Amino acid sequence: MSRVSKFAARDPGPAARMAGFTAHLRAHGLRVGVGEADIALRALTHVQASNPEETRRALKTVCTGCADDVAQFDDLFDSYWLNGGRVRQKVVPSLSETNSESVQSSRPANSQQVAAGTGETTDPDDGNGEAEADGTGKLVATIVQNLMKKDLRDLVQPEDIAEAEVIARRLGAALQDRRSRRRKAARKGDQIHFRKLIRQSLATGGEPLSLPKKHRPERPLKIVALCDVSGSMTLYAQVFLAFLAGLMRADPATDAYLFHTRLVRIADALRDKDTLRALGRLSVLADGFGGGSKIGQSLTQFSRTYARRFVDGRTVVLILSDGYDTDAPELLGTALAKLKQRGCKIIWLNPLKGWDGYQPIAQGMAAALPHLDLFRPANRLADLAALEPELTRL
Amino acid sequence: MQWTTRQTAMAEQGYIASDDLAMAVHLALSLGRPLLLEGAAGVGKTEVARVLAAVCDTQLIRLQCYEGLDAAQAIYEWNYQRQLLTIRAAAEDGETGRSVEQRIFSEEFLLERPLLKAIRQPKPPVLLIDEIDRADEEFEAYLLEVLSEYQISVPELGTLTATTRPIVILTANGTRDLSDALRRRCLYAHVDYPDRETELAILKARCGEVEDSLANQIIGFVQSLRKEELEKKPGIAEMLDFSAALMGLGVADLTEDPKLLQASLATLLKTEADRFNIITEVSQRLAGQAA
Repeated sequence: MSRVSKFAARDPGPAARMAGFTAHLRAHGLRVGVGEADIALRALTHVQASNPEETRRALKTVCTGCADDVAQFDDLFDSYWLNGGRVRQKVVPSLSETNSESVQSSRPANSQQVAAGTGETTDPDDGNGEAEADGTGKLVATIVQNLMKKDLRDLVQPEDIAEAEVIARRLGAALQDRRSRRRKAARKGDQIHFRKLIRQSLATGGEPLSLPKKHRPERPLKIVALCDVSGSMTLYAQVFLAFLAGLMRADPATDAYLFHTRLVRIADALRDKDTLRALGRLSVLADGFGGGSKIGQSLTQFSRTYARRFVDGRTVVLILSDGYDTDAPELLGTALAKLKQRGCKIIWLNPLKGWDGYQPIAQGMAAALPHLDLFRPANRLADLAALEPELTRL
Repeated sequence: MQWTTRQTAMAEQGYIASDDLAMAVHLALSLGRPLLLEGAAGVGKTEVARVLAAVCDTQLIRLQCYEGLDAAQAIYEWNYQRQLLTIRAAAEDGETGRSVEQRIFSEEFLLERPLLKAIRQPKPPVLLIDEIDRADEEFEAYLLEVLSEYQISVPELGTLTATTRPIVILTANGTRDLSDALRRRCLYAHVDYPDRETELAILKARCGEVEDSLANQIIGFVQSLRKEELEKKPGIAEMLDFSAALMGLGVADLTEDPKLLQASLATLLKTEADRFNIITEVSQRLAGQAA
């Protein structure tokens, strides 16, 4: 075990080392205090403390408190107790020693893999240039890539998503805040369920012992969004995709699809926590982006497959499209009629409607109109925000 | 006592614990601290408590948490019906109000619920508080008080102190975040899906009659299935069901009958989307890799 740390000869003993270790853990964001140091020392009396692996397991049990802690514990343990036989200058390390080479201590514990200053971690600049794929370097690399390939990340900026998210959350709330008129028995309710109370009190000779409650169950509406990304819609796709991304984040029940000449489900991709990565996954899915549009066929496909699983009477289907269709208009009409039979509300947001003197004369649009609950313009985020009162009324 | 001894003792009861888990259990027992086990559903968290009770040859007291669990169901409750009857009977006998009151608020009328029961046993039991993250935060606070003091105060009776300190095991699988206070009071172990060797040992321990080649295939198949993008990854219980199903169907080789394999996936994949994703081609590819 030559890798075990050597401590200076003048150090005051194991207790001080353990205090040093807890300080080391604390500096890297683990929540350990004096109590843990005490238990750690007591724990070591129950194991063979001379065996590093056994000590590691014992201390892991005592000092960690969640899965993230466990993930970084091994590195922290190595850097303190097994630092390659180097002499440690002080037993109780001043925080600057460990901090200088590692991640900034202001970061939350789980945000970065910890690279404590042991010399064992590889420097990022060995090997070829791609090894610098970290932090800002990565961003530059992807931007260069974007120029080579048509990428959705060109179209959507993280700031747009943030703004869209705010609007989407408000819309989500407008739909969410719906409660049933009838009350049902519930464990935590706002009113007393008298019928149940009286029935129950019969068992105890007419004395009411427990007070059953009732409440109004929530009946939220959920949104299923279908976004047209055909050639004619390219200009508006930026706004709409940001909006969809925001919508997905705001409400976990939301579902989203893209269509051009075929239909793609993007809900899982959009729900990725990393905004840029989400859009990266999206561009893989949206192969054929900016091409022709077959609205009728895509909607027929939707009503025949996904709609059976995801659309019911408490659903709002949101279609974002300009209505320029290369299919026969009847196809679109029947698809919408079929969708309507599932009891959902259909909202069509058309970016062209925002123009002066627009008439829905595109054949597809004309065929769709009788089936729509709401037909609105939408080419800016502000237009989407204006939807809020309409949605509350639905 | 050595932690490896505990590991062997648990193995004798049919539970193959990883080194980390065995150490955590050992320290929890040696230091007399509650142990918090976290991990995905189906990795055998609850089973730890059952096996531990068998190893220590003691009683297992289980408190299943759920939303809306309150003190009356977890700690104690007065036996209202019995109190009422006593009051009626006392009224007919002409007993005075004061003495009746004394009588109906005695321990005789107290219904012990798991937490109170656990601290009033002659021999330290294993107290399993299952799925603590499902209970409300208020209950968590109450639990903290019990776990730190090992005493329960009943307003009408006074404080009931523990005769023994139970061995406490808490399990959670991330329905909500637990408070730091609770995490700090417990030792912690994260239980993960077992690696290949451990899972093979589990299968051998639980289902000894499986042939070696099939056992290898089953484990290889289940392990690679967990790497697929699934809504609900199959746990250990599912793996054991799967092996039992294969044994019952008389399958000796996973690749021999694609249809039968697809049918027996019912034991592993529990959502419609997962069934939909793992089509015959995928399951055959995984089985081929495992062989």
